[in-house]
Amino acid sequence: MRIEYFELIDRILELNLDEKTIKVEARVPQESTIFEGHFPGYPIMPGVLLIESMAQTSGWLLLGMFKFERMPFLAAVKEAKMRGFVPPGEVLTLEASVVHEGSGYAITDAKIKVGGKLRCNSTLTFSHVPFPHPDLRGHMDAVAKRIGFPLQALQS
Amino acid sequence: MSSTFDQVATIIAETCDIPRDTITPDSHAIDDLGIDSLDFLDIAFAIDKAFGIKLPLEKWTQEVNDGKATTEQYFVLKNLCARIDELVAAKNSGT
Repeated sequence: MRIEYFELIDRILELNLDEKTIKVEARVPQESTIFEGHFPGYPIMPGVLLIESMAQTSGWLLLGMFKFERMPFLAAVKEAKMRGFVPPGEVLTLEASVVHEGSGYAITDAKIKVGGKLRCNSTLTFSHVPFPHPDLRGHMDAVAKRIGFPLQALQS
Repeated sequence: MSSTFDQVATIIAETCDIPRDTITPDSHAIDDLGIDSLDFLDIAFAIDKAFGIKLPLEKWTQEVNDGKATTEQYFVLKNLCARIDELVAAKNSGT
């Protein structure tokens, strides 16, 4: 994770565009200024960042489905559950699947597991639009390369 | 089997916590019922699921923004229900 840059996903493990599923990995850093305030002497990942990490996981899945021609933006968070604390250094496995594809929006189910056990889950709604700025598209291409987005998956 | 309007009105009432008896065929989803774009996504999701269709929200929004259609054509409930019926008929005829 590069928390300060809001890049919360480290590596894409699996992407299946036919089944509309994705699995990614993210390691919570040992140190971050965030943990100085959240909380002193008892550092844990803020729930909003765990939700954001589920949103980014879903986002990479949707970007693949849209062949990087449209950008998803988080629009709604439902039934978000933080089932346990996530301290520094934990390795998260995040999974997401598409529940529904609408016109200009999509809904996903996402979850975070640690050591195979469910730690967080939520249902997320995204609106999506053609990339609003070429810089954003360029940024997403660069991050996709860094986290190992399987570009060959876009060929099918 | 309930009418399209009854189903849509029930969806709106349950999704947006609007009293069912205030929702009429002439209600404008935005102007009269105060439904915003995010709430309308929830409604669209429920309608898509209930009727097995995909409301073309992007196309409608574009037409309104381009001045080719009015919001009344799509968001007054009797008109919305007519569009839903058309989409269901098209789906059933395989077009």
